[in-house]
Amino acid sequence: MKPAPFAYRDPDSVDEVLALLAEHGDDAKLLAGGQSLGPMLNMRVVSPEFIVDLNRVKALSRRGTSADGGFAIGALVRQAELEDDPAFAVAQPLAAAALPWIAHRPIRNRGTVAGSLVHADPAAEWGGIILALDARLAIRRAGAPPREVEAENFFTGILETAVEAEDLLAEIRLPPWPDGARWGFREFARRRGDFALAGVACRFEVDGAGRCRSVRIGLVGVGDTAVRARLAESVLEGEPPGAELFAAAAAAVGKEVEPLDDGHASAAYRRHLAEVVVADALAEAWEQDGRDEG
Amino acid sequence: MDRMETPPLAKERTDGHDEPSPVSPRRLVGRSVRRLEDPRRLRGEGTYVDDVHVPGMLHATVVRSPRAHARIRSIDATEAKAAPGIVAILGARELGGDLRPIPVRLVPDERLLRYLQRPLATNRVRYVGEPVALVVARSRAAAEDAAERVEVDYEPLPPVTDASSAPPAPLFDHTPDNLASLIEEAFGNIDAAFARAERVVRLAFRTGRHSAVPMETRGLVAVPDRGAAEGRGRLTVWGPTKVTHFNRSVLAAMLGWPEHRIRLVEPDVGGGFGARGEFYPEDFLVPCAALRLGRPVKWIEDRVEHLSAINHSREQRYELALALDSDGRFLGLRAEIVNDMGAYLRTHGTVVPGLSAGMLPGPYEMQAYRCRVRCVLTNKTPTGTYRAPGRFECNAARERLIDRAARLTGIGRMDLRMRNLVRPERMPFARGTSILGEEVVYDSGDYPAALAEAVALSGFRMSVPDAVPGAGARAGAGSASGDAPEARPESRAGSAANAVPVAPARESGARAESGTRSDGGSYGREEPGRYRYGMGLACFVEKTGTGPFEGARAFLDRSGALVVATGAADLGQGLETCLAQIAGDALGVDHAGITVRHGDTDLIPHGVGSFASRGTVMAGNAVHEAVSELRTRVLERAAARLGVPPGDLAIGPGGLVRGTGGRSCTLAELAAEPGLEMVRYFRCEQMAYSHGVTVARVKVDTATGLVVPERIWLLYDVGRVVNPSIVAGQIEGGVAQGIGGSLLEELRYDDTGQFLSGSFMDYVLPGTTDVPTILHRDLGRSPSPRNPLGVKGAGEVGIAGVGGAVANAVADALADAEREDDELPLTPERVWKRVRCNPSPQTPAAAAAGGRNPV
Ligand SMILES: Cc1cc2nc3c(=O)[nH]c(=O)nc-3n(C[C@H](O)[C@H](O)[C@H](O)COP(=O)(O)OP(=O)(O)OC[C@H]3O[C@@H](n4cnc5c(N)ncnc54)[C@H](O)[C@@H]3O)c2cc1C
Repeated sequence: MKPAPFAYRDPDSVDEVLALLAEHGDDAKLLAGGQSLGPMLNMRVVSPEFIVDLNRVKALSRRGTSADGGFAIGALVRQAELEDDPAFAVAQPLAAAALPWIAHRPIRNRGTVAGSLVHADPAAEWGGIILALDARLAIRRAGAPPREVEAENFFTGILETAVEAEDLLAEIRLPPWPDGARWGFREFARRRGDFALAGVACRFEVDGAGRCRSVRIGLVGVGDTAVRARLAESVLEGEPPGAELFAAAAAAVGKEVEPLDDGHASAAYRRHLAEVVVADALAEAWEQDGRDEG
Repeated sequence: MDRMETPPLAKERTDGHDEPSPVSPRRLVGRSVRRLEDPRRLRGEGTYVDDVHVPGMLHATVVRSPRAHARIRSIDATEAKAAPGIVAILGARELGGDLRPIPVRLVPDERLLRYLQRPLATNRVRYVGEPVALVVARSRAAAEDAAERVEVDYEPLPPVTDASSAPPAPLFDHTPDNLASLIEEAFGNIDAAFARAERVVRLAFRTGRHSAVPMETRGLVAVPDRGAAEGRGRLTVWGPTKVTHFNRSVLAAMLGWPEHRIRLVEPDVGGGFGARGEFYPEDFLVPCAALRLGRPVKWIEDRVEHLSAINHSREQRYELALALDSDGRFLGLRAEIVNDMGAYLRTHGTVVPGLSAGMLPGPYEMQAYRCRVRCVLTNKTPTGTYRAPGRFECNAARERLIDRAARLTGIGRMDLRMRNLVRPERMPFARGTSILGEEVVYDSGDYPAALAEAVALSGFRMSVPDAVPGAGARAGAGSASGDAPEARPESRAGSAANAVPVAPARESGARAESGTRSDGGSYGREEPGRYRYGMGLACFVEKTGTGPFEGARAFLDRSGALVVATGAADLGQGLETCLAQIAGDALGVDHAGITVRHGDTDLIPHGVGSFASRGTVMAGNAVHEAVSELRTRVLERAAARLGVPPGDLAIGPGGLVRGTGGRSCTLAELAAEPGLEMVRYFRCEQMAYSHGVTVARVKVDTATGLVVPERIWLLYDVGRVVNPSIVAGQIEGGVAQGIGGSLLEELRYDDTGQFLSGSFMDYVLPGTTDVPTILHRDLGRSPSPRNPLGVKGAGEVGIAGVGGAVANAVADALADAEREDDELPLTPERVWKRVRCNPSPQTPAAAAAGGRNPV
């Protein structure tokens, strides 16, 4: 469990990072919190020639309310910083509620949101969160204009995202929280802190006529990537919320997900768990009874 | 052996830690003195094997087979030899004739020789992780770089992954059926017993492969004297533990070196649990490399290696049949067991399946017994012992069988056990089986009292009304099954009519008992019927204090301080403290000033080691004898010096020997002349048998299958207790590991023999939040008559009954105790499938009324 030899760079500006990525591309790996990259290096799952350490790039540590009233999370923002930030809990209650379920505190102390998203473990909570929140991902590359990718276009395959070898995921942009939106977060893991066998982040609004609107259901752990449960969303959209509707939505999730059979769980079991967590999360959202209205 | 007066029991004990005052003449044994080894370990001042640094030291890594079963066509190390920092690559070709089989330590058997493992695979690999070559380089990283470049050409062979079905291929050409050994145990006339039976109850039971995962992985530093490569000087090896003297003999034999030129040293050790400290391939390869190269070589096992290299354990399948008469008395027990041995036999030979066969009847009377264990080789990591080896498994199978019998006969679960437990007046009780080549004869114990106490302590409720025999009162009625959480069990404690006065129960931690997981998180919503609650119990007997001997050397150094050395090992269990307490009492001095040394083959010529809950029993009694005799010598010497008869002398605080009339001298003065030195070996022909009852309460989420253990109770008797606080630690740690084996841990392989549990992401250990509150109590009634101190082992009592109690609790919760098969670990997916097959469990009332399907 010792990494293969690599060269190490620790630039202090975004431009230098981008230049190094442009030069070394596929041979380089960015190092953020190292909580995923470290084990992969040690187990020699990856052996890049260059490690480009982001930790001295101060500009990437910014977090806070953005011009549009949303919340911006720089590439070096640790998950624990958000967990400890009361402003984040007010601005983004769903993500804040999910944070304690991600790994363990020592891992969140180092691990970044950007690192989690680019690593793109199919069970990582942030995948479900950005889908439920319609987040936008700001990506930089040397010699190209900055680009923004919508959450639903971010994950491209197992452990693959829109962030390519020369790219830096610079910022995660969470849009302003809609007034009165209800949300739920649930996951099932064998042990607290483990990657979930199935998890869900969901959010919906209830319009003046008492119907569900803007329904978003982001699932994790039940496929190659985090996915939106579009069938279930359509079951809910425009209907009055209630136990029967939620049961129907959960059943729809069971039909639309395509989980994998793997060493941790069978596909059938994951599908079932997806239904359970969705039913629980929707009920949890509904029970909030608009407590976040403000 | 002399019998001592009945040792003082629970009375003297106190609950918290308790430092002796310097003037107190109180005895040390029986008190929770603080552990002497803790300050250095808690402050990071211990010396673990990776802390050993020797100038010029090289680093080794092992090239391991990525395949389950294959012929080695060739090994090409050309590229590896060119890697930076490389020093040597030692494969079967280089080591050739040195690669002798690693012998069996316990109960050697000629017939097993052909299944033994050699330190390196020679022309065939038989499991993923089998050592193929050793790479030595100037750093561990360089060694790993080079190891990656060793090209091994494998020709695949069909893998054998299931011990129970017909093998697709033999592992050894001379054994086509892969059956390494067939173990049989029997007493009484089994056919007659079954012919007379009113009912026969059957059960198929399986325990999952899992093993010890000590916090510190294995490691070795082999340091040859200069000239050792040419056969001069000595070889010192840091890192062995558990059985250092035995391992020295093995290493000497395998190297062809005389024993006296090899010294094995046990540093501080971060846990063993049976698996760590046996003689493994690396225990030969690393010293061998050091001798060949004439340089110190270090090897530290990493966690990925550990999970496929260390002995696995526990993979057994049971087919059981219990014959009962019309009163529910056990007439006979038949057992067919398959033990998956893995690819080779290691140092334990077939000890684990033998222990299952010998201990399966447990604490119950029965007229006849017949058990056969098929020890089958498969293409998986070889197996060995893990805390309560063979007993965690057989206790779980038997206790689950008894619950099935209770359900089917309608006799209460506790009542059925009470009717069959061996009663105290039957002690010593010849079990009729044998283990480790020794007849099983239970020495002492009050099994019915332990059960009654456990029921009282836990408020155990039976699925059907249940009477306590002899008590004449209903111990409890109603059911544990159902939708509502249990009433707080403590409120019922003491309600059993025949409760005995015992020490207060100790409780680990203090966690909320609510519907949530103990970490406060909640996975599901509290909908009616979603959660089910159940309780289960398991009675067991534990073998402890295995012989044949252990030694102690005791002397006063020139400062008058007592030094005690033994061949037993300390793997973190607190042996230093226990021995200091025993030695302190024997000499009459405070334990804190006593130096206890162990685990160094230069300290004492003979040693057996620490396993089988034997340390305190064997080394403890050896220390007791050696120091008691030393005391006699000290007093004789003082008597001569002071002119007072020895009988009038007392050794007091500060090492002052006082006589009548104010005359005194110090131990230092007496020790100025040589002679105050004593070596004693304590021998014991028969083991001491601890016993206990484990009760579990679980909550099952029927939506996800998650089983949350809410509480564990344990009523135990381990004879005379040397240090209650250390015993408590042993109990609680054992329960925690038992929770792992019951609900979480499984070393899994796919059909091709690929190992699927190579990291802690895949091998799920219980964390603090997975271990419930543990409430335990010492019955304190049955000192062992087999040793002067009256002690029995306590190291494995905590884990022995957890599997059975948890399996029974889950069956209780799901109200399906009548099912024909069961298994451990009860992972969420398995439980979910079980719930799905039987979605609306019978109400307990229905089960009591009409649900008794005849067998
Ligand atoms: C024991 C354990 C349990 C865990 N459990 C969970 C869990 O339950 N849920 C969960 O979601 N996660 C879990 N994790 C993963 C943890 O959250 C990760 O550390 C985190 O997700 C990755 O963040 P990091 O900053 O450490 O990234 P790193 O490990 O530094 O990097 C990860 C990958 O992302 C790339 N990368 C990093 N930053 C950028 C960037 N700005 N632009 C482009 N590429 C980048 C790196 O090159 C690398 O490929 C667990 C980890 C451990 C060790």
